[in-house]
Amino acid sequence: MSLVELREHLCATFPDLCPLFSIEFGDGVLQVGPERLHEAMEGLKTLGFDMLGMVTAVDFGEEFELVYRLRAREMGVAIIVRARLPRHTPRAASVTDLWPAADWHEREVYDLFGIVFEGHPDLRRILLPDDWVGHPLRKDYEDPSIIRRPDYR
Amino acid sequence: MSERLVVNIGPSHPSTHGVCRIVVELDGEIVTHAEPIIGHLHRGIEKMAENRTYLQIVPLTDRLDYVGSMYANWAYCRAVERLAGIRVPERAEYIRVIVCELQRIASHMMGIGSAAADTGAFTVFMYAFEQRELVVDLFEALCGSRLTYNYVRPGGVSADLPDGWVDRCRTFIKGHPDAMREIDRMLFGNVIFRARTKGIGVLDAADAVAWGASGPVARGSGVDYDLRRDDPYSMYPRFDFTVPLGERGDSYDRARVRLWECVESCRIVEQALDQLAEYEPGVIMTEGLPRLLAPGRGDAYDHIESARGCLGVYLVSDGGVCPYRMKVRSPAFSNLALLPLLATGHTLSDLIVVLGSLDPVFGEVDR
Amino acid sequence: MAGVDDFAQVLESVPGGGIILTSVDAVADWARGHSLWMMPMGTACCAMELIAASFSRFDFDRHGSIPRPDPRHTDVMVVAGTITRKMAPAVKLLWEQMPDPKWCIAMGNCAISGGIFYYDTYSVVRGVDEFLPVDVYIAGCPPRPEALQDAVLRLREKVRADSMSPGRRRAIEGVLPLPTAGDGTAEGGSE
Repeated sequence: MSLVELREHLCATFPDLCPLFSIEFGDGVLQVGPERLHEAMEGLKTLGFDMLGMVTAVDFGEEFELVYRLRAREMGVAIIVRARLPRHTPRAASVTDLWPAADWHEREVYDLFGIVFEGHPDLRRILLPDDWVGHPLRKDYEDPSIIRRPDYR
Repeated sequence: MSERLVVNIGPSHPSTHGVCRIVVELDGEIVTHAEPIIGHLHRGIEKMAENRTYLQIVPLTDRLDYVGSMYANWAYCRAVERLAGIRVPERAEYIRVIVCELQRIASHMMGIGSAAADTGAFTVFMYAFEQRELVVDLFEALCGSRLTYNYVRPGGVSADLPDGWVDRCRTFIKGHPDAMREIDRMLFGNVIFRARTKGIGVLDAADAVAWGASGPVARGSGVDYDLRRDDPYSMYPRFDFTVPLGERGDSYDRARVRLWECVESCRIVEQALDQLAEYEPGVIMTEGLPRLLAPGRGDAYDHIESARGCLGVYLVSDGGVCPYRMKVRSPAFSNLALLPLLATGHTLSDLIVVLGSLDPVFGEVDR
Repeated sequence: MAGVDDFAQVLESVPGGGIILTSVDAVADWARGHSLWMMPMGTACCAMELIAASFSRFDFDRHGSIPRPDPRHTDVMVVAGTITRKMAPAVKLLWEQMPDPKWCIAMGNCAISGGIFYYDTYSVVRGVDEFLPVDVYIAGCPPRPEALQDAVLRLREKVRADSMSPGRRRAIEGVLPLPTAGDGTAEGGSE
């Protein structure tokens, strides 16, 4: 199935998600708001996206962007779902009830970005020690032990 | 009446295959809960990448999956090439396929060998490592390093095949399937190994998909999914190969799928070497690449089928010479998350077998 | 070790005691130097080369260096790989479980200084010598198995220069001096 067919399929099934869909760099992208994230993901799952590949986040200063990548084995297409969260309240709904794979991925995002997933069964740090302070992949993370690399390039 | 017992395994334990700590809750000798505690090798590669130029990140990706460095190189380079719109010469793509299939053999030899050693079959580990050393020799002739290759670069590969390399490679892939059949007889026909692995850690196909498992772990459960065939990239559509599948999804099937993948890899390498002969030597890098790559704003994700499954790299660029964000989607991370599901209900010694059959590499799990 | 030192000093003061001390030293150092059992503290990439070294091609066992995963059986800890701040307490704990006399080999750039993970990272301990007394450093990322072999042979030279009497310990060119008591319990690397 091509991305254009995916767009038609998506628009036929979920007309309200249709304007959020675009095609960038050969990927189908669905940009949703944080309040509609879980609903959209549920819709995508019923559409046939059965594999959750990754969950990650990007720090854009004022906002965090959550990035999910889903794959439908039957249809042979993949889609990237993006949701922008405000920095002061980085909260989003967990999708562990839809894909158990999200469990560790969401813990990782919580660990490194401090984004709280509501409804996650066990939201703890996963990579860093439990007593770590701060979320290192945030752009404003400060740690005196970091030595900045001199500019060699 | 039985007593609950909490046992700590690791982080430095010979059968955790790296630095993984597992907190196991036991009822007698039966595992009631196993919780892997990862992150003992979390080196912050994703943060470091934000202050490295695109070319300087390639050596960092070597150290992700250190049993199969070529994969991370390639996955990263594919993401950069997609982001910057670079077209790679076909000869370079063939070389990438060849080295990555050889890398699959080297990596699976480690996986099968250590899984065998976990059940006491140490001899098989020695036999498997002999095959791995042969591949490592080929890589050393190619790029001068035994383990961290830094070979696949954005736009191509760093060096062309040296003189006589193709013949050496052909000699290896001719002998390798026989060595695999020997290991098949020696390990998979062994009564002890069968008793230790059959029916242990059964993963059904629906769980494998829901938990995002990929690679031999998913295929051992009969999930017929291989990115090389189902989301073809590079030169893979031009090769004829089959995807080995397991039936029951137990530890035995997962290990055996790895074995037959090695034989299939030999077939792919052979076809690739035949087709490579038609291309002029020396054209291995895209012409006119700037010394400092600075792709435009945007993001790109690309993935390849590594020895452990779907290895993806997600790059976000703000137009500068360093990526704004790099994320590695590691297959071992997702596969390892299955451990509590698979080990519960088995004995403590079977937990080790299950962990070995998942074949995690902690450089990649923790990044 | 204090008791042994006292004994050695008493022995040296007795006429003919020096001959006994030399002979005992020679036998003890020969035995120690030729059975340096390894505690393979393999955490990352270098662990692969550590495994390769003990397998059939490089066959490390012929030097008497058998990898034993139990710290209580071992004489030399080979730290092969990156040590993170989460891992450092475990490494220190294992080091403390090893019986004296014990030695440490830092294998690879990560164990020497953090190597490629020196800059920009928030979780890596920059060198295992921040909390362990290292005897031999092997450069390389990762070093070849032959380099590890060389390190064990260098360590053997160092072991052979050891004596029960503190005054008789010799320095070896290119090798760091023997650790004095207390080095093994230096401050932890994780600030």
